[in-house]
Amino acid sequence: MMGRLKQMLIKEFIQVFRDKRTRFILIGPPVIQMLVFGYAATYEIQHVPTVVVDLDHSQQSRELVSHFTSSPYFAVREQLTDSRELGDSIERGDATIGIEIHAGFAHSLLKGETAPLQVIVDATNSNTALIASGYVSQIALDFAQSYQQNRINRIAPQLTEMIPTVQLETRPWYNPELRSRWFFIPGIIGSLTLVLVITLTAFAVVREREIGTLEQIMVTPIRPAEFILGKTLPFFLIGLFDVSLIAVVGSLWFQIPFRGHVSILALGAVLFLLCMLGVGLLISTMSSTQQQAMVTAFFFIMPAITFSGFGFPINTMPQWLQYLTYLSPLRYFLVVLRGTYLKGVGMDVLWPQMAAMAGFGVVLLALATLRFHKALD
Amino acid sequence: MSFSWKRMYVIAKKEVVQILRDPRSLAIVIAMPAILVLLFGYGVNLDQKGLPMYVCDQDSSQQSQDLLKHFQASPYFKIVRVTSNIACVQGALDSGSAKMGIVIPWDFSKRLSEGGSVQVQALVDASDDNTANLLIGYTQGVMQSYSSEVQISWLRHHGQALQSTAINVETRTWYNEDLASSSFIIPGVLALVMSVIGAFLTSLTIAREWERGTMEQLISTPVSATEIMLGKLAPYFVLGMVDTVVCALIALYWFRVPFRGSFLTLLFSSALFMIVVLALGFFISVLAKNQFAASQIALLVTFLPAFLLSGFLFSIEQMPVPLQWFTRIIPARYYVSVLKKIFLKGTPAAMLSSDLIPLAFFALALTILATRAFHKKLT
Repeated sequence: MMGRLKQMLIKEFIQVFRDKRTRFILIGPPVIQMLVFGYAATYEIQHVPTVVVDLDHSQQSRELVSHFTSSPYFAVREQLTDSRELGDSIERGDATIGIEIHAGFAHSLLKGETAPLQVIVDATNSNTALIASGYVSQIALDFAQSYQQNRINRIAPQLTEMIPTVQLETRPWYNPELRSRWFFIPGIIGSLTLVLVITLTAFAVVREREIGTLEQIMVTPIRPAEFILGKTLPFFLIGLFDVSLIAVVGSLWFQIPFRGHVSILALGAVLFLLCMLGVGLLISTMSSTQQQAMVTAFFFIMPAITFSGFGFPINTMPQWLQYLTYLSPLRYFLVVLRGTYLKGVGMDVLWPQMAAMAGFGVVLLALATLRFHKALD
Repeated sequence: MSFSWKRMYVIAKKEVVQILRDPRSLAIVIAMPAILVLLFGYGVNLDQKGLPMYVCDQDSSQQSQDLLKHFQASPYFKIVRVTSNIACVQGALDSGSAKMGIVIPWDFSKRLSEGGSVQVQALVDASDDNTANLLIGYTQGVMQSYSSEVQISWLRHHGQALQSTAINVETRTWYNEDLASSSFIIPGVLALVMSVIGAFLTSLTIAREWERGTMEQLISTPVSATEIMLGKLAPYFVLGMVDTVVCALIALYWFRVPFRGSFLTLLFSSALFMIVVLALGFFISVLAKNQFAASQIALLVTFLPAFLLSGFLFSIEQMPVPLQWFTRIIPARYYVSVLKKIFLKGTPAAMLSSDLIPLAFFALALTILATRAFHKKLT
């Protein structure tokens, strides 16, 4: 049996590495995707183009404007004199945020009334709009707070020392500088592995079938189990190679910390690869042409990535969809990836993820083997 | 030999028969736009509410209870557990069962009554920086309003009347009034769908002809190269346009994405983009020759850029400058920009020239490139 398996393995490796293009595809695209994705994927916002109209011309309004000018989140492009121009520059797309301070702003503050601050946000990109308006509110809050402090100092200077204030000290754990890349890179490692291994495996078997070499192999004394093992083992090894390649390139190039244990990540990767091989094989048993395999693979890949928590938070999805996310093996692998990279947690935290992936892996591979037997009969 | 519509028609018919022979692929291709729109419409929502938080209340006093009430009143937080054990909060952050932990020190109420400042700690799981950013902003809002309340009541207690100073930020969100992620995401899905149909499928079908040797058979017939190319691509063009309409209808009637521009402009720009991706797909298949290579290259040069570098999800202005330049050679960038303008802004067609001209240029250039490569391959 080992002899036959060995022959099969040799054949597979020759087939994969014979073609220059295929050889390139195993290394080039994953690395390119890693780099492009790493640079492109960010939810951070900086220097959002902003225009300001100050109709109050008071010391207070100027001070408020200066808070915006000095903030790294906003790039105040222009101070306009007319609120119509403000609308125009948003309409033209020159500015994403327009801030308008009405006449009487300082007066309202002085009287202790609530002073309005008019903000127009171009919400075509809802995420930028959401975060940017958060920062606007933050600046307004800070301004109001320090204004109030000044008033207290004025009316009751003897009390300022004693007045209670509650201060917030925020400690962003795992990613103290709140870098988007630290969040995305581990996710990209998982997603790229998923795409590569599934398409590779699905194609390999279907191709033999399409060209007709599958029948030829089946008339040899090889057993189905040996065939499946011989088909999957190379892709398992290639997958392992690629996952390591992507992980090393990603973490070194983008300088992502690795705080956990390599062996735990390796275990997670192995279990995840088993799941992906299972999916790939399953797709191949359901397809008779490569085009069909590709379309079916795509059909699985898109939801598997979208619902994994890779870039879109799971807790904002509708409840029924949240249950569905448990079906994506990537979901578990991402927890392992981020857990080992950023959090540095061990098996005590990650065992449910490992167990889930192991379970999926066994079920998927068993299903694929069963269906494969049937397909051959 | 002159171009014959009839011969082209025959090739197209053959292609249609081939498509129809594989009903599952056809079903998936027709269902694809619906699925992608539903996927992104439901799956992508970056506006987080009800984020799970733990509270480590080491004081458990009336005051700390008051502070917690402020958090409870906010829709952004959901207090999962109140404990006095800090290790419990750390464990929750490690395992991901809490996104934030608030630590109220044991001398919280004591310090408040004595006067002076007291610190409350917020431990935030920043492994997801976007969520962390939102959380920090919301927490600061809650804390400042609480602090201001404490101060006012304290002053009143000491015989000083002071109204709280507040600035009310009245935000008007244009183009996407309720900040719906779906309205921002879904228009761009059209570009994804077309990339899949246009480049992915065509590169596969044509690479298959090469792989199986049927392309040589075709060439040996009196059909010219241009006729083969147009005939092969025409059915996919129709399929892509049908999908565009399906996508637009689901967006409009299911997700209620606003549509403020003209439908004709949408069709026109979609047709342009379709030509771009079809030409690309054809070009790739000529180069790749085997289906696996073709599909991977198509993924790399059409789908991924449409996903990553088009402004579909990640805004181009926030990318590093060299990458911003690079996006200029990504056709999907212009198409996504047109889509967002047509759907959300209602920009008139005349003002879309800065996007449509590059698109038209790409359509022309890629068609020429693909035709040439095909001719060269044949001779």
